[in-house]
Amino acid sequence: MALTGNTTAADAGPLVAIDSLSVDFDTAGGTVHALRDVSLEVQKGRVLGLVGESGCGKSTLAYSLIGLLADNARVVNGAIRMGDRDLAGLNAAGWRDLRGRRIAMIFQDPMTALNPVLNIGRQMIDIQYRESLSKAEKRARAIEFLGQVQIPDPAARLDVYPHQLSGGMRQRVCIAMALLTRPDLLIADEPTTALDATLEMQIVDLLRELQQRFGCAVLFVSHHLGTVAELCDDVAVMYAGEMVEKGSARQIFHHPQHPYTQALLACDPARIGIATRQLPTIPGSLPDLRRPPVGCAFRARCPQAWGRCASDHPPLYVAQTHHGARCHLLNPEEGKT
Amino acid sequence: MSLLEVDKLYIRYPRQGRIAAALRGEPHDFEAVRDVSFTLEAGRTLGLVGESGSGKSTVARTLLGLKRAHSGSIVFAGSDMVRASGREWARLRRQMSMMWQDPVGSLSPRLTVKSLVTEPLRIHGRRGGRAEAERLLEMAGLPKEFVGRYPHQLSGGQARRVGVARALALDPVLLVADEPTAGLDMSVQGEVLNLLNDVQRRTGVAMLIITHNLNLVRHVTDSMAIMYLGRFVEQGPTDAIFAHPRHPYTEALLAANPEPDPDKRHDSPSLTGEVPSPLNRPTGCEFHPRCPHAHPDCASQIPQWARGDERRYRCHYPLNVSIGAEV
Repeated sequence: MALTGNTTAADAGPLVAIDSLSVDFDTAGGTVHALRDVSLEVQKGRVLGLVGESGCGKSTLAYSLIGLLADNARVVNGAIRMGDRDLAGLNAAGWRDLRGRRIAMIFQDPMTALNPVLNIGRQMIDIQYRESLSKAEKRARAIEFLGQVQIPDPAARLDVYPHQLSGGMRQRVCIAMALLTRPDLLIADEPTTALDATLEMQIVDLLRELQQRFGCAVLFVSHHLGTVAELCDDVAVMYAGEMVEKGSARQIFHHPQHPYTQALLACDPARIGIATRQLPTIPGSLPDLRRPPVGCAFRARCPQAWGRCASDHPPLYVAQTHHGARCHLLNPEEGKT
Repeated sequence: MSLLEVDKLYIRYPRQGRIAAALRGEPHDFEAVRDVSFTLEAGRTLGLVGESGSGKSTVARTLLGLKRAHSGSIVFAGSDMVRASGREWARLRRQMSMMWQDPVGSLSPRLTVKSLVTEPLRIHGRRGGRAEAERLLEMAGLPKEFVGRYPHQLSGGQARRVGVARALALDPVLLVADEPTAGLDMSVQGEVLNLLNDVQRRTGVAMLIITHNLNLVRHVTDSMAIMYLGRFVEQGPTDAIFAHPRHPYTEALLAANPEPDPDKRHDSPSLTGEVPSPLNRPTGCEFHPRCPHAHPDCASQIPQWARGDERRYRCHYPLNVSIGAEV
């Protein structure tokens, strides 16, 4: 077993603290309440996994951390604190100052993330525009970082164009470019989804190794539970725009508390050891986020729901130190009557 | 007689820069699929597994007539599809259907669900009314009201179900599914696989599933074939291969499928490097440059099929041979 991160949540302190963040999208069909009252801390030097299914708001949360939300998005409430700054109210100039200096991002599709008409070297030199180095020095750094991401013969790769590289190699270039800026926070939005399973494991292994070497915090957004378990120290689970459970990877994967987390883990075919023709599913569908339900967001699909779930919105109950879930079942007062 | 018998199938693609290659005296095309043979019985499911570029989709496209075979034979329901006349081929082709990889992209955005699911019927000169559309939607587990919807109004899982309904329109005896769960959420993946299993139980359709997701193969297929660089490297019953992989490539693919448990982390990736170009095939065993168990002679000797424990594999130094019973 490989232990990642030498620090624990208690002594490092948060790099970014998201406090009661709510984000709305104005659409032709009405206002979509995409994130509602989300609180989450990204600890220094740790890997936080953000998991959930399509439409749960995990990408919206990731994009709000780097100021890349669409024009029709509005932060209606809450704060994103990084040091003494509140990122939620940042203007374009403030974001430009942070992006590519303190926060960097790796995107899902490495082909569209790279400019197809510029060679790799040009793009890797351009991204160092803030550094007061000569062009030769920037070029040498680009070669060094291509080596860091284990690209064979890095000097020769500077002259190639993105289409001449395979998907796995392109994603390595994107990782090298993100790390060239030496960020404190690296956001990886489904970085392995477009890759084969064998390459996926190579990229996860590379991210783990580089995270330990550079010591940056990583927000790893994924719907693939296997890679999250491989890489992450902490895990946050989202459902329908809410943070429904958060804790250490071991707590979430071994002792999930929220019925949604339990259902999500049960659905992963990798956990089903015996071949079966009848796989578990989560019946029902996501609530309409234009009119989020009054009570628990998961109530309509929850096998354990009862009266209170329809009327009261559950707060984040503490299950254990650093482990909490938004479910009335965890209320210590529940069941006493 | 099996429903589908593919024997020594070779498929070639023209390479880019053919004139320059010709001037250098190099071949103008390359083999994407090499010496592939398999059989599929009626009502059974075969999984075709491999990384991107292994040639698995090319095999499917050739079965459906979207690509010509260079040599070899494809015998479907007793007739040779490679040599069939146009009319005979059309008769055979009608009994096969395809589920495409991109669930939303494979549906025309301007057609309603009713038109989409009954389109195959109209193409083959049969009546495709609302009643027929509703019957197909019901088979795919969608409510009847969906007939009037357009693809953009569907979720990924619902679009996939429309794809299933469309594929079932002509009562096929063979259903080819290219990555049927790609891009779907975990809980929805389960729904689609349950639906395919259910359809097979009710209609007896044979299925060929092409995927790189081994979790899927384990739960829906009876047998499987692992492809590397256009060749099969191991094929046999799914259970046996999962229990004791013989080829190191199979073992590596299985290891790249992590169980979601933070206490069972891998210290290093099971497989380094990437699939080599089919224009520049390694000598000997084509997997040897990436193989963690390679011996010196693997680089010179091409492994032939070895048989044992209900399956066959191409490896000089197979794994787990002491565990299974050898023939």
